Amino acid sequence: MDGKVRVQATINGQPVEFLCEPRQSLLECLRDILDLTGTKEGCSDGNCGACSVLLNGRLVNSCLVLGVEIDGGEVTTVEGLAGPDGLHPLQQAFIDHAALQCGYCTPGMLLAAKALLDRDPDPSEERIRQWLAGNLCRCTGYDRIVRAVQDAARRMRRDADVHAEG
Amino acid sequence: MSTPRDERKPVTDEPVSLRVIGTRPPLYGAVDKVLGRAVFGADVSLPELLHGKVLRSPHAHARILSVDTRRAEGYPGVHAVVTARDLPEGAGEQSERDNTLAGDKVLYVGHPIAAIAAESPHIAEEALALIDVQYEVLPPVLDVRRAMQADAPLLHETLRTWSLAGQAASSSNVAEHLQHVKGDPERGFAEADVIVERSFTTTMVHQGYIEPHASTALWHPDGSLTVWTCTQGAFPVREHLSSLLDLPMARIRVVPTEIGGGFGGKASSYVDVVAALLARKAGRPVKVVMGRDEVLKATGPTPGTFIRVRMGARRDGRIVAAEAELCYEAGAYPGSSVGSGADTIFACYDIPNARVDGYDVVVNKPKTSSYRAPGATPAVFAVEQVVDELAERLCIDSLDFRLLNCAREGTRRVSGQPYPRVGFVEVLQAAKAHPHYSEPLGGPNRGRGIAFGYWGNWAGQSCCTISVNADGTVSLLTGSVDVSGALTGIAMQAAEELGLELRQVQARVADTASIGYTDVSAGSRTTFGTGLAAIEAARDVIAQMRARAARLWGVPVETVSYDRVAFTTSVDPTQRLSFRELAAQLSATGGPVMGRGNLDGDVLRRGGAPGLHIADVELDPETGKVTVLRYTAVQDVGRAVHPGNVEGQIKGGVAQGIGWALYEGCFYGEDGQLLNATLLDNKLPTAMDIPAVEPVIVEVPDPVHPYGVRGAGETPIVPVAGAIANALYRITGRRMERLPMTPAYVLERMGVI
Amino acid sequence: MKPFQYRAPTLLGEALSLLASAGQRARALAGGTDLLVQMRRGLINADLIVDVKKVFELNRLDFDPSDGLTIGAAVPLCRICESPEVAQHYPGLVDALSIIGSVAVRSRATVGGNLCNAAPSADSIPALIVHGAVCTVASREGTRQVPVARFCTGPGQTVLGPGELLVSVRVPPPRPRSGARYLRFTPRYEMDIAVVGVAAWLELSEGLTTIANARIALGAVAPTPLLAVEAGASLVGRTPSAAAFAEAAALAQSIGAPISDVRGTAAQRRHLVGILTRRALEGALQRARGAEPDGRQG
Repeated sequence: MDGKVRVQATINGQPVEFLCEPRQSLLECLRDILDLTGTKEGCSDGNCGACSVLLNGRLVNSCLVLGVEIDGGEVTTVEGLAGPDGLHPLQQAFIDHAALQCGYCTPGMLLAAKALLDRDPDPSEERIRQWLAGNLCRCTGYDRIVRAVQDAARRMRRDADVHAEG
Repeated sequence: MSTPRDERKPVTDEPVSLRVIGTRPPLYGAVDKVLGRAVFGADVSLPELLHGKVLRSPHAHARILSVDTRRAEGYPGVHAVVTARDLPEGAGEQSERDNTLAGDKVLYVGHPIAAIAAESPHIAEEALALIDVQYEVLPPVLDVRRAMQADAPLLHETLRTWSLAGQAASSSNVAEHLQHVKGDPERGFAEADVIVERSFTTTMVHQGYIEPHASTALWHPDGSLTVWTCTQGAFPVREHLSSLLDLPMARIRVVPTEIGGGFGGKASSYVDVVAALLARKAGRPVKVVMGRDEVLKATGPTPGTFIRVRMGARRDGRIVAAEAELCYEAGAYPGSSVGSGADTIFACYDIPNARVDGYDVVVNKPKTSSYRAPGATPAVFAVEQVVDELAERLCIDSLDFRLLNCAREGTRRVSGQPYPRVGFVEVLQAAKAHPHYSEPLGGPNRGRGIAFGYWGNWAGQSCCTISVNADGTVSLLTGSVDVSGALTGIAMQAAEELGLELRQVQARVADTASIGYTDVSAGSRTTFGTGLAAIEAARDVIAQMRARAARLWGVPVETVSYDRVAFTTSVDPTQRLSFRELAAQLSATGGPVMGRGNLDGDVLRRGGAPGLHIADVELDPETGKVTVLRYTAVQDVGRAVHPGNVEGQIKGGVAQGIGWALYEGCFYGEDGQLLNATLLDNKLPTAMDIPAVEPVIVEVPDPVHPYGVRGAGETPIVPVAGAIANALYRITGRRMERLPMTPAYVLERMGVI
Repeated sequence: MKPFQYRAPTLLGEALSLLASAGQRARALAGGTDLLVQMRRGLINADLIVDVKKVFELNRLDFDPSDGLTIGAAVPLCRICESPEVAQHYPGLVDALSIIGSVAVRSRATVGGNLCNAAPSADSIPALIVHGAVCTVASREGTRQVPVARFCTGPGQTVLGPGELLVSVRVPPPRPRSGARYLRFTPRYEMDIAVVGVAAWLELSEGLTTIANARIALGAVAPTPLLAVEAGASLVGRTPSAAAFAEAAALAQSIGAPISDVRGTAAQRRHLVGILTRRALEGALQRARGAEPDGRQG
């Protein structure tokens, strides 16, 4: 009845196989089974966004997904943002704009911002605020997070232009 | 202290060009945090780790008749079950014992009763249901004024009121009645041409840190204990563990992890003792991570209050008398923030005649904890509306009225002490000069309000060591937990003193075995107090290095000086060594150099930080929904060590203040159940609800700090609710006498519903 | 959370058999944004979780000008909101579906889940009701149709019997000169739950001068979302006007039994029904006339 289930998935670009109980959330699987503790737990009912990850390109609360549900899927966590060339532009912009204080909401916030920029490379401030509304931050008052996302978007558009021209 | 106090001169007089202080370097740990590598409380993992869960009371007030844990103990996967019986007999304060694991009574919904360590959190949770607790349910008392009545149910049969007159003879829910009197309030009111009196109620509010409390305990074979925990103060946690476990302090090592917000709520210890008891009984390390509902039900809200304020002013605009009665809910055990509420309520003003009465009252809700300028926000919400009303009745601009009456250097506070130099006037003048104060509102149903708040700075005790490395870098250790960049601000002060770049200083938070006692990171003390300790340690390093240079050069040490560029001697102008060059020679000149700073800041006569906030709000008069459109926060910060970080504190404090003003609260049913134990219904503001707050930094140096630093982190929350209430008055013509000012309340005040 | 078995069938028949086999101890899992939370709180205990997201019939999102819109019960809200056809033909539905939870919640949450969770405050339900949407319910015995207006029977209660599964919701094709609007009131702008929600749908006569048909539905004022029959009927044949809308709003206020709870007071809810009904009617009228209403939610 409480037997474990085998799950195969791609996490941060790497094929991963693990055993979990059906009742274990994706958040628990990431943190407790796969040692990917960058994804944080804040409420376990979808109301804080600290556990945000990308599942098949969509932003989800990993506390509201069962680990078994990702079988065959692709997951991106904060650990998968930086590339071989260094920090992701969002990560760099968060540092440059002091868009984090305690840093606990930061992983989820970064993933929410990435999900937005993947869809809309030039979002309005209003749209950024709407997208980030599911990610509570108690330290910053959000302002600098919004600026960081705007700045990262600028950098990413510029880089995209460079690549397009090159 | 190794540094004579008279060396700490204000910076205003000497145009020292600062190289590090006042710059905006990235904060320590920021890269770890954006990579997801920073280790927070729940991220700690150890071999053989078990997971703990806590059984909590479903009743707000009940006598525990029996606790039967036998079925839970036999459940597969369970390794230990603990109750209050597992606490060493007689150890620690009774209230601390009882709030850790309830003894005879439970006093709030969520009160811990027992805990289980099991192979997984799921198994521990399943086993909790197997613990059989028999209760005799008692009537709860949930409101501060009801609790003060003589016929109210008593939480503690032995609690008797302390007051100036001593301890009362009969039991009561009032733990303390404090009183401050200045001048002759009756005569003052007789002199007044206008008197305004209003009463206000505010509900309990939670700090709302996003990281739930988490603690991991490991016992070593020699009987010593290591605890990793997310706390604002590792040493107070060690002391708490030592007292409740009856264990010598030296045998406990508390390792503070990164902390995902605290705001005062992580100055208290909740699950550390439980984790340690479970780990001892199970013989394996145990991690206890609280759920959000547990955090909201059983940890640190700030008190709900009832506050009555009466103030009188003359036609010439001078406030001549004031009185206030502050009744604060302490929660289940005594110790609310009424003291600092009473201290803060009239703090911005020079009032010749005043009386303040404060009452610390127990109710069947969780024991309250500090929350950013504890006690001040409700007090200032109340007093700033009364001040606003006085100004209006006297037809004086509300900022001018505050300028006319504000406290100055030497003004004696109602609570006793005269003020040292504090920038009350400078803050008001900066606010008046700011365009926000005079620009048009730009639309209908909009209003602008201001409020003036103050928060005193506590200095506390701090330790810091600085070790000089052979390559000229230094390693700095402090006992202060890094709340939102404080560590960077501390290291910047050391770097300034040492004449180093910040990147040459690596600062880390030490565990309790590696540094001397350091108080919690709270009370606006860390950048100030631990900064002072760092300066002291840096000066100790320089003193030792001067001696080394003297030895190298064969000159008297008194002739060696360091101008933050090079060590030189007045005896021989050809001798010159940079910090790095001298550092390379330490090994050959007597061995390592380690400077120390151990500060007792409580002997310092300290000022605080005043703040004047300007809020523009828009009201939907049909729905009562309030939107904050524009917000400016002017604050005296003494000296902004890291201006970006100070601005971050201001923006964050205002955001919390907006939440408190409009959305948040802990709402209890008549039976004492918390009705909003989720972040869906305990409504922290989102990115859609907070405007881009504009911080305006005013720098009036604090004379007791060499760089003039004041604590800046708490004041930003203090005036917010008052400023928003005053803005709403401009739209509605109604004073807001309750927090939070929910849409329903605003509509009620307007007579719409 | 208690242990359970997890199955993810791909065929509808398989899903129905699994649900039938475990009876009351089985639960269908779509987005999980309500179910997993309630299981974690011990409010729902299940021995078998049947993940229906791989079942074809529950994953359809089809628009046909003559048939209307078919929304599979497991289609996540984000997919519906991103559909250009839904945005074009059913903007009043998008009003509701685009404000449920957060972006992350909408990546998972489904219309089917919102209906089966049957919260009095569910945002999608009033909007579906005024569009005349009908549920398709299947069991091993066959399928049946249930109007959305009759799907919920109480808080957390629906017409679904043991072994029954909500397969899809069909929204009739848009009628010319019609428009709908859903508005809710929340203290926060996002990530919140309706204190009151009101959906309005209007169809104008050919000359756009009178109201040919009207429907109003209310959320969070009764144990289930309500169709405000009389309020809607009062508008038929009338010229759209402030007076007509005020009368409809007053009739809407007269039904339901709003309660006082931690989210709002009864008086506030009654008052908000009046305000939001008027505003939703104004928005629906604009859309019926081919314009797009402006303004934030709530």
